[in-house]
Amino acid sequence: MNRIISPKNAQKIMKVVFWASGILTILILLVIIGYILLKGLPVIDLEFLFGEPIDSGRAGGIFPMIVSSLYVTFIALLVATPLGVGAAIYLAEYAGENNIVRAIRFGSETLASIPSIIFGLFGLAFFVIFLGMGWSVLSGGLTLALMALPTILAASEVSVESVNKSYSEGSLALGATKWQTVYRVVVPAALPGITTGVILGMARAIAEAAAILYTVGAALTIPISLLDPARPLPLHLYIVATEGISLDNAYGTAAVLVMLILIITVVTNTLLDRYIKKMMGR
Amino acid sequence: MSRKTDEFLIEKGLFITALSSIIIIALIIIFIFVEGLPALQSVGVFNFIFGMDWSPSDGQFGVFPMIIGSLAITGLSLLMAIPLGIFCAIFLSEIAPTSVRKILKPTIQTLAGIPSVVYGFFGLIILVPFMRTQFGGTGFSMLTASIILTVMILPIIVSVSEDALRSVPPEYKEASMALGATHWQTIKNVIFPAAIPGVITSVILGMGRAIGETLAIIMVAGNVVQIPTSILDPVRALTSNIAIEMGYATGLHYNALFATGIVLIVMIIILLVIANYLHYKKKVTIGGGYL
Amino acid sequence: MDYRIEVENLNVYFDELQVLKDVSLKISKNMVTALIGPSGCGKSTFIRTLNRMNDLIDTFRMNGTVLLDGGDIYNPKVDVVDLRKKVGMVFQKPNPFPKSIFDNVAYGLQVHGISDKDVLTEKVEESLKAAALWEEVKNKLDKSALGLSGGQQQRLCIARTIAVEPEVILMDEPCSALDPISTTKIEDLIHKLKKDYTIIIVTHNMQQATRVSKHTAFFLHGEIVESGSTDKIFIEPSDKRTEDYITGRFG
Repeated sequence: MNRIISPKNAQKIMKVVFWASGILTILILLVIIGYILLKGLPVIDLEFLFGEPIDSGRAGGIFPMIVSSLYVTFIALLVATPLGVGAAIYLAEYAGENNIVRAIRFGSETLASIPSIIFGLFGLAFFVIFLGMGWSVLSGGLTLALMALPTILAASEVSVESVNKSYSEGSLALGATKWQTVYRVVVPAALPGITTGVILGMARAIAEAAAILYTVGAALTIPISLLDPARPLPLHLYIVATEGISLDNAYGTAAVLVMLILIITVVTNTLLDRYIKKMMGR
Repeated sequence: MSRKTDEFLIEKGLFITALSSIIIIALIIIFIFVEGLPALQSVGVFNFIFGMDWSPSDGQFGVFPMIIGSLAITGLSLLMAIPLGIFCAIFLSEIAPTSVRKILKPTIQTLAGIPSVVYGFFGLIILVPFMRTQFGGTGFSMLTASIILTVMILPIIVSVSEDALRSVPPEYKEASMALGATHWQTIKNVIFPAAIPGVITSVILGMGRAIGETLAIIMVAGNVVQIPTSILDPVRALTSNIAIEMGYATGLHYNALFATGIVLIVMIIILLVIANYLHYKKKVTIGGGYL
Repeated sequence: MDYRIEVENLNVYFDELQVLKDVSLKISKNMVTALIGPSGCGKSTFIRTLNRMNDLIDTFRMNGTVLLDGGDIYNPKVDVVDLRKKVGMVFQKPNPFPKSIFDNVAYGLQVHGISDKDVLTEKVEESLKAAALWEEVKNKLDKSALGLSGGQQQRLCIARTIAVEPEVILMDEPCSALDPISTTKIEDLIHKLKKDYTIIIVTHNMQQATRVSKHTAFFLHGEIVESGSTDKIFIEPSDKRTEDYITGRFG
């Protein structure tokens, strides 16, 4: 036994190392978010949230950008949710193990690992030019839908699959058809997981900038029609920050984005907790 | 309509939604390739990939420096994020008291959802000036970009690795401790090895995000097309190349940016295949493969 | 009589819940002591107190004394690592590591600083022989332990435990997950081991208690109702509750 460090001392040293790396990681992340909020929150007031930008965003508010963000995210979810949930139900409840199913899974996993700028390129070539939608909330929203799809699909499939098989057996044994069983028993039980999936997809869509850089345009006006160009928040932040237009407005926009993500997360967690408690009869 | 036809139609309808992923992937590949091929044909695949000069106005399209740029930024950020992330994951799953973990885990998950532009913005206004005063130069560099990427992929590595560590059966830990192993020996020899497949997954996810990140890198990397000789040199990533120039590209230049996209897709596929192979191999050698 | 373990007035709590109430028990050297009682009576908690495995649970609190060879194992100066080396444990569910058969047995030796390959090889063989597993696995030591049957896995866990040469082996229902044939093999093994080790076995199966143990303690609701020679407890129990339990009137 000629060890340089005894196991007991190694244990003590490593414990310190683990605490240090835990604290360091959290600190790095919190300092960044804290700094953005510290600088950005004072900029945010009603005028900033509900005002129009003045002089390309040098002054004024970000109301059109907030509307743009909500608009493209709404379109993305409207398209991606039925596709993702439908596919998840099919894969988990109907499909056996065959080549088509394997191909579908592979497709979804590949889709999840494609960088957002590639989606952006595709959106430009397909929606903007090929389908002639131009730079618009529709092109941007559809591009984001493609990005949100694998997120929604994966989370929904896991939760549909994990629904206790005895529930559906109970329903089938009562003479319910497959679809009645899926619709009335399986989907409600899987709803918390599906909701989480949709919200993760939403968070991904609302945070994305590269995919919409060349699909949504950069207009400073409030988009009304589906074919109007727009400028969602992340894109606005990118433009305002890199072109050195206004540091204050950039801080404010960044803080609004961070707050949006925080609110989305907190609300989902609370809703899920409540739903699970209700379902379990507690 | 009979109940049977209803059921049949519903099943087919669901099948079509399931096919959407494949259709989308196919469309993406077709459109990117169709738009990118003219550039590859005109420049030549070899010259495009290994060409050292990217100068659209002179018709020079070589993306090699950007391939290196992407790999270098990603590699450097993984080098920083993997040890820190894994140690933090072990801290959360094994060391931290339950109360601390209950607060930190959701916090880290939330941080994974923060838009990358926000991190890029922080890099631009805080980290770049800091690097400039510390190391000279412009402050826009491969190192700066890697640090920002590290911060972005840390939450992914921490939270996925932590899940993997926590799903190691508690019996293993008990058995090891009951033999008189210290907690660290148990972590090092039993818990961590059993969680390796999941840890590799976390690294794959982090790598995927790092190599695909675009705007945050543009904001801090300097974007000079060159093979970096030091980590303080400015670099340009493949993703950045597309995003920076697409705004004004026309003709062959436009096609060359799609061809850059092809190179990026192929590179990601290669990396994913390697990573998944490692993951698979590790799972098999461990024998249990419950992760 | 020589006692290896002496427990006096032991109280154990998880949060506010008291799991063991004023338990006192003396355990003799090189003998098998069986702990019986219905589920949730505290017998598993009791043996996990003897090698301080309960320390892994945040909400664990205890008072009273637990002496091993006359020394208090809950004395703050005691190193749990040394304690657990002396007091080994075999769990209810076989829990080999996802490593090779060889590495499983060598693990305990390695964490205690033995790295010499020859010593390891010799000790692993010795332990596997002592656990009556050698003949079945000698040609596949480098194969994953998870490929063994449940009974083999449990004997591997016993081999792993005896490899570090403990004084005491705690067995927490070691056969509850096994088939009858594997159970017989483990019981035979317990008979073989008792001359070298002090063995404490928790069991649900009263026939098993009579087959393997010299002493028995009957636990109920966190208390020891009765303890003493196994023969006496099963033939003429002095407490009505013991009699009810062993004759199957409740439990």
